[in-house]
Amino acid sequence: MIDLFQRAIFAENLALSFFLGMCTFLAVSRRVETAAGVGLSLIVVQGLSVPLNNLLYTWVLGPGALAWAGLAGVDLGFLRLITFIGIVAAMVQVLEMVLDRYAPKLYAAMGIYLPLLAINCAIIGGSLFMVERDYTFTQSVVYGLGTGIGWALAITAFAAIRERLRYADMPKGLEGLGAAFIVAGIMSMGFSAFVGVSL
Amino acid sequence: MALRQLSDPLIDKNPVAVHILGICSALAVTTSMSTALTMSVALTVVVTLSAGIISAIRAHIPGQIRIIVQLTIIASLVIVADQLLQAFAWEMSQRLTVFVSLIATNCIVLGRTEAYAMHNPPVPSMIDAFGNGLGYSLVLMVVAAIRELLGAGTLFGAQVLIPQAEGGWFVPLRLMLLAPSAFIILGLMVWALHAARPRLAEAREFALRESEKEARP
Repeated sequence: MIDLFQRAIFAENLALSFFLGMCTFLAVSRRVETAAGVGLSLIVVQGLSVPLNNLLYTWVLGPGALAWAGLAGVDLGFLRLITFIGIVAAMVQVLEMVLDRYAPKLYAAMGIYLPLLAINCAIIGGSLFMVERDYTFTQSVVYGLGTGIGWALAITAFAAIRERLRYADMPKGLEGLGAAFIVAGIMSMGFSAFVGVSL
Repeated sequence: MALRQLSDPLIDKNPVAVHILGICSALAVTTSMSTALTMSVALTVVVTLSAGIISAIRAHIPGQIRIIVQLTIIASLVIVADQLLQAFAWEMSQRLTVFVSLIATNCIVLGRTEAYAMHNPPVPSMIDAFGNGLGYSLVLMVVAAIRELLGAGTLFGAQVLIPQAEGGWFVPLRLMLLAPSAFIILGLMVWALHAARPRLAEAREFALRESEKEARP
């Protein structure tokens, strides 16, 4: 379990080794505060959506999952993509309303990023990896939280580096995006140093 | 007009290198040219068809729920593409893992349908989407060619540079097949593009003050 957790954070970091959620990763990493806000929202959404999708896949969509309803031969696996997108979008909407009602401060901090996460590939990708690797429910909870934390860690560190880079004197064309990619590449090397670590 | 729509997204309005859309899959599938080509074809087909379909029914889509309607149409097309790949090219679909499915959340597709197809008739929308698909494919193929050539000495699986182990001079750069190289190559490509087309470069958020000449006696 701990092994899965640390792998999800470091060696198999969704942003830096699978390139998932890159659009958001590059777009909202100009300032550390916003990056941390998105990161926090992603941990919440990912931590909830992967286990939820796991339950759904085990009991409704997977091969033989409908055995409890007497439909053992039905395999709705091909519907998983569209279902996951629907689930994530609906969950984000519900989460937004709940936060708005019960935790207005938190809502003000992360509310604007939540809709952005509804079609973030890190979230859909996390759920699809969960299916592909046959995680059990407990594993999916750990994996969801781990990938969320890993992504948040990556974007916060990345934003901090980009803030400092503003004062660097670089060639004109490299400034901004070009440098951002190269920094991400170097960070990715750092994170891949954890490959092979097992706890 | 139609020609410009096709050629613009190749370089000047390239969805990947200029607008930074669809990076996720662009980087992940470029370890070899064959996976990159499959992905490019899949994305181009999906984006063209979804633009056509959405543009054809654009007058009937209520404004408030347009995103979810678009996503449903795109996701259905992606599922079809994924199932076709699994049926006719099983090995390839295994190598692409989840990335074919992730075309559904690729910003290029939703970006084209939302920004263009919702306001224009089907044929121009499809041409525009096709052009963007080609722009995406161009970046993918270039990145994949560099990574595969330097990482394994092959192009489309055919040996081009003979590695040292087999009597040649070439030492494969294993790093090219790992994640970091994809970021760095794309970063260098963006740099080259900004250097060639200076107006694409971003304005400085905080300009450095011109350093004053140090007054020395």
